[in-house]
Amino acid sequence: MSKIGAPEKLIVNGKRLDGRELKDFRPIVLESGNLKRALGSGLFNFGSTHAIAAVYGPRNLHPKWMQDPSRAVLRCTYTMAPFSTTERSRPGHSRRSTEISKVVKEALSQVIFFEEFPKAVIDIFIEIVQANASTRCAGLNAAAIALADAGIPMRDLVSCCSVGKIDGKIALDMAGLEDNFGDVDIAVATVGGTDKVVLLQLDGILSKEEFFEAIDLAVDGCAKINDMQKKVLVEKYRGEEK
Amino acid sequence: MINKNESYVRKLIEDGTREDGRGLTDFREISVKTGVIETAEGSAEVKIGNTMVLVGVKMEVKEPYPDSPNEGGFVVDAEFVPLASPDFENGPPGEEAVELARVVDRGIRESHAVDMEKLCIKEKEAAWTVHIDIHVLDHDGNLIDAASIGAMAALLDTKMPKWDADNKKIIRELKGKLPVSDKPVEITVIKIGNKLLVDPTAEEESALDARLTVATLENGELCAMQKGGDGYFTVPEIQQAVELAIDKGKELRKLL
Amino acid sequence: MVQFVLRSCLLKEGKNMVELKTVKSELVAKERDIVSPGDLLARGLDFLPGSGAYRAGQEIKSKYLGLVKTKDRLVIVVPLSGVYIPKSGDGVIAFIEDMQPTFWITNINSPYDAILQVGEAVSEYVEQGADISVYYDIGEVIYAKVLDVTRGKQVRLTMNDYKAKKLVGGRLLTITPSKVPRVIGKEGSMIEVIRSKTGTMLTVGQNGLVWLKGGYEGLATKAVLMIEKEAHTEGLTDRVTEFLENELAAAGLKPPAAEVKMIKKVRGEENE
Repeated sequence: MSKIGAPEKLIVNGKRLDGRELKDFRPIVLESGNLKRALGSGLFNFGSTHAIAAVYGPRNLHPKWMQDPSRAVLRCTYTMAPFSTTERSRPGHSRRSTEISKVVKEALSQVIFFEEFPKAVIDIFIEIVQANASTRCAGLNAAAIALADAGIPMRDLVSCCSVGKIDGKIALDMAGLEDNFGDVDIAVATVGGTDKVVLLQLDGILSKEEFFEAIDLAVDGCAKINDMQKKVLVEKYRGEEK
Repeated sequence: MINKNESYVRKLIEDGTREDGRGLTDFREISVKTGVIETAEGSAEVKIGNTMVLVGVKMEVKEPYPDSPNEGGFVVDAEFVPLASPDFENGPPGEEAVELARVVDRGIRESHAVDMEKLCIKEKEAAWTVHIDIHVLDHDGNLIDAASIGAMAALLDTKMPKWDADNKKIIRELKGKLPVSDKPVEITVIKIGNKLLVDPTAEEESALDARLTVATLENGELCAMQKGGDGYFTVPEIQQAVELAIDKGKELRKLL
Repeated sequence: MVQFVLRSCLLKEGKNMVELKTVKSELVAKERDIVSPGDLLARGLDFLPGSGAYRAGQEIKSKYLGLVKTKDRLVIVVPLSGVYIPKSGDGVIAFIEDMQPTFWITNINSPYDAILQVGEAVSEYVEQGADISVYYDIGEVIYAKVLDVTRGKQVRLTMNDYKAKKLVGGRLLTITPSKVPRVIGKEGSMIEVIRSKTGTMLTVGQNGLVWLKGGYEGLATKAVLMIEKEAHTEGLTDRVTEFLENELAAAGLKPPAAEVKMIKKVRGEENE
């Protein structure tokens, strides 16, 4: 199937259009505590995909009927800034953002010790300020950093990355044209660099064998991101010590 | 809804049994009836055990999107009407309904089963949009699988109305089928404890750790996936779930 | 290094328990290490997870981004951030936010409000239906003790404590609750440093609120914020002393030692 604007090839001479190898990430930038008013915050960029996350809480939850007497409630809001895409996107919520908010919330639910805060709510806000594929992954990574920065007790950090199939080959971290014209796009999140998968979304046609290859690559990528997330959290304090 | 049986269900499943006596990888009785709604261009009623889902297809003509001037459109909506469960309320679709619609949508869209270019009437001016509306009438679990097979059955049942280009009107002279080239089927595999099973009842769903929906094509390839629930799947569990979904997909596809 | 150990260890997960039982107990993290959630702290059953840590099979891991502390077999992580969760016996600074006929509802800088019943606040007999705002009114600030906390986080305060009082005037600072122990210092040593250099009286609530009054309040504020920012570092008391002395010298001020003694005498109180 050819689409308008599709390049002839996504892999030229073994390299991807932006010069990467198949198993390379785009340049990753991450920060913790980048916002001052939020209790916890994080920033995560995959190349030109930029996500910011803020955490408020645990805090009082109103109305009262929404409270859970035995554990904290998690609320997660993923939004894309209107200027984050080349064509202005309508501000506010869409069905897409509702679905992403839900799967991101479920992924993070696996690690938080909710029972320590009965009746309270933990709010996570993820804002995509610039989008160039893998926005949910960047957003989830930023949210995990923000949760740790906010002092929320967790089993481990959740880490996320995308894999896909371009020109028949399995590749890490979809970007730009690869997202629009690649064959398959998969988002995977794991807990603490293990193979415990807490988020998995797949779009596009591939064989069972290709999928198994892709998920292994993604789990590996998530482990790398997990190391980076922990490093940025810890080093912020280690740096000050000197 | 008060659910007191969560731990009971968990225990049953961990012993490899189910309340209704099925094996972990058995479906309840399924029936798919098409052509059940006369006012729709295509329709299907799916029953899986007590679960009942009604799917209707309506065709509309719209101007194509600027980035795909020679393609038609495709929209899936889901409504959890309050009569289906004590847990459903009036109002705009909640995140569960939005997720259901989007998962069914992606299963069909990513399979390219509906040829969008054949839905174009005149480039940049007019193209058919396929509206698939999923109505959950009775909710006893496994809504995604029921909705997915219902949507596919309704699409296969859909007959094309006529477009009066001069008067810009749809004439309901149904003839010719909607061009559908594949039969993607979604199977949702549930994880409870360390067991994987398919086709959960509402009670079993209330005990689930995680679920994985896998859409498969006629040739056994995969075209969409969605993990849900607060728990996790290990990679070997995912592999097992995918194999299971391919097998079950074959079984269910026979109903179409 | 810690990361590497963690990874290779996780690979073992899922193997049978017999093999796991042979895991030798060892402390992986060191005292005062900064760790992140999920980091491995100790292995084996000889160690116990204290607050801020949890057990996953044979391993003890961190729940927080925080500082490692060990106490015999106990491994503890002190979080570097987070909200205040009330515990019975804590001294807290509370805002009176609302009133009912027989109790006050207070904000204690936490997800949970606290209640102060008349019986726990006033020693004299209070007639039914009397106006209790004569004792504490909406908007007033108190230092009180947490009497008890239920499992559902219903919190009761009491003024039945020698330190409990109404806080009038002065200024309030909000800091990270987990850093409160550093502001107080060992047996109140840090509070004493600040008081001796600036003449400011400090009342520190476990809930992360600090009340300052008298003396060079501005300078005392700077010192408290400095302690918060550097709470995870060592040698803090010396650095705060040095900081205050330098600031005083730069501004040409003298430590108001005489003044402090006088305040103490008049009030007849010893803080912390």
